Amino acid sequence: MSSMLIAIGSLTLIGLTLGAILGIAARRLAVQEDPLEEELKAMMPGSQCGQCGFAGCAQYAGALAKGEAAITLCAPGGKPLIEALSAKLGVAADLSGVEDKGPEHAFIVEDICIGCTRCIRECSTDAIMGANKLMHTIIIDACHGCSKCVKVCPTDAIVMVQYPVTLANWHWQKPEVENTPTKPEVVPAH
Amino acid sequence: MKLFPIRGGIHPEYRKDLTSEKAIVAMPMPAALYIPLQQHIGAPAEVLVAEGDLVKKGQMIARSQGAVSVPQHAPTSGRIMSVAEVAAPHPSGLPQKTIILEPDGKDEWGDLPEPIADPFAADPHAIHERVAQSGIVGMGGAAFPSAVKLNLGTQKKLEILLLNGAECEPYLTCDDRVMREYPGEVIDGARIMARALGTPRVVIGIEQNKPQAIEIMTRAASAFPEVEVVAVPVQYPMGSERHLVQAITGRETPARKLTADLGIVVHNVATARAVHHAVRFGRPLVARVVTVSGGAIRQPNNVLTPIGTKVADLVEFCGGFSARPESVVNGGPMMGQPLASLDAPVVKGTSGILALTAEEINDSPTSACIRCGSCVTVCPCGLSPVDMAAFIRKDNLDVAAKLGVMDCFSCGSCSYVCPSHIPLVHYFNYAKGVLRELESDRRKGERIKTLAETRTIRIEKAAEAKRAALAAKSKPAADAASSGNAGEAKATTEEKVNA
Repeated sequence: MSSMLIAIGSLTLIGLTLGAILGIAARRLAVQEDPLEEELKAMMPGSQCGQCGFAGCAQYAGALAKGEAAITLCAPGGKPLIEALSAKLGVAADLSGVEDKGPEHAFIVEDICIGCTRCIRECSTDAIMGANKLMHTIIIDACHGCSKCVKVCPTDAIVMVQYPVTLANWHWQKPEVENTPTKPEVVPAH
Repeated sequence: MKLFPIRGGIHPEYRKDLTSEKAIVAMPMPAALYIPLQQHIGAPAEVLVAEGDLVKKGQMIARSQGAVSVPQHAPTSGRIMSVAEVAAPHPSGLPQKTIILEPDGKDEWGDLPEPIADPFAADPHAIHERVAQSGIVGMGGAAFPSAVKLNLGTQKKLEILLLNGAECEPYLTCDDRVMREYPGEVIDGARIMARALGTPRVVIGIEQNKPQAIEIMTRAASAFPEVEVVAVPVQYPMGSERHLVQAITGRETPARKLTADLGIVVHNVATARAVHHAVRFGRPLVARVVTVSGGAIRQPNNVLTPIGTKVADLVEFCGGFSARPESVVNGGPMMGQPLASLDAPVVKGTSGILALTAEEINDSPTSACIRCGSCVTVCPCGLSPVDMAAFIRKDNLDVAAKLGVMDCFSCGSCSYVCPSHIPLVHYFNYAKGVLRELESDRRKGERIKTLAETRTIRIEKAAEAKRAALAAKSKPAADAASSGNAGEAKATTEEKVNA
């Protein structure tokens, strides 16, 4: 009888002690992480271009989560990202200064390129091919349109162009239906 | 055979009598043929010819690129005029790379591959190979490479090859005529395909509104115990492969799965005939039967048309327009797409060219939804078109996607019955386009993230290597410096000694 009580007692004691340790540890050692920050990070283009003025996408997401940065800073994200952030954070966005040009990619005008490799060093997604004194070209599939290369090109050989509409990406436009409200006219009773 | 009901559907006015009694006629070779490099689902073919080359009929002029692709062959003998951008048979009318061939009038066949002597003893792989080399695609309209579909037997256990002769679209009679005029070729092609797939049974499904085709095909199939002809009820969209499978086997294909997952592969009857030609004679797919019909066509007909014939030339052969067509449709009136230009060519998937008058098109203005629920009743996929359209109208595409807009196959039944003339299918086509675009953007975004991450890692590694190199360099320098000092010290002592 007593051995049973000892067993129950000791197990209860061990359980309580370990539980207390785990509980304290969870409180003391908890990593302070904002779930919002993670969500915002997932929304970012993730190309770490740094044009927002922060070191990378994660840092910008952190600043956004704390409410320290404007939501209109991301260049490659463009208007769609601003709208998504605005909806997510409940911040009214001033879209007047942002023109929606649609998705773009960089294009190197090969006649003007002098092969200085500056754009290659600037590109954060390795989307530019070329070598010193040799013509460069953009791998369109890897370009996400941050336009950093445009800014560093000494000969203005890089331009941003819209993706062409092809048979592969064409789709029907939204039907234009002028739906007149059919509210019945109320005839006043005599 | 016991049949099973399918959900929803409509009974449109069929108007098949315009062409159903017109025997297939071959049209004379037009002045030029326009053979697009992409007439199929998958990667476009790669050009093998250049301007000025002389080609023979059946010669491969573009080879397939990648696993899902098909080659293109010269539909007649002649000279390659150029490889240029020509309007595609597509509602956008966008240009596409096209080989332009000037026929020499001789129509001489080139060297064709040897016929497969006994396809029923041949290796199924040889049949796949031949079908792939012959440029055969699904001729019911979807234009999926047939060889890929014939390969399904290697991955899955298949029970039935279902030959689709339903032809449920109004106006179209090309499959009906092919079955009535070439039953032996269709059945032989089907048996060859069954051999390639490894299916023990062949079932040919034909809608009951084609009694002659049913009779002729049943007679032709009587010699083969494994081939069975089944008359299916007249109900649009019976010719959709999922619905035909359900009508015949009672099994419903789950969303985003293939009928092959149920052990059934569906091919069109005209595809079976093309397989017969490829295997028995080595002839690639260079011509197809096209129904030219509609109220605005003077002489509606079923025309054996060389691939690449301009729609304008085909219409000309059928007596031209008797009235101003309100719309020229590529395919059937329900699922076909309007053609932006008559300069577009007939391709392997073109089953019909319809010139419709204003009376044949319901172009009434849209009014508000009256919540009658007709669209829900007729939807053969069990979707709720009214809800999906309402969400799409308010740009709530995510919700529409959750409601299953991607499972809609645009049969048009809902738009057909809508008393308020709401362009429901147009909404769904728009939503599907945008959702597909978003999906491809998302995939690109992921790729970009990986690229940026790899670059960061690479740069860090390079910096690390540089630091290590620098450290390695400075260490011997330090050693050298210390030994130099020692030498100096020694020198000084020596000097001292000397002194």
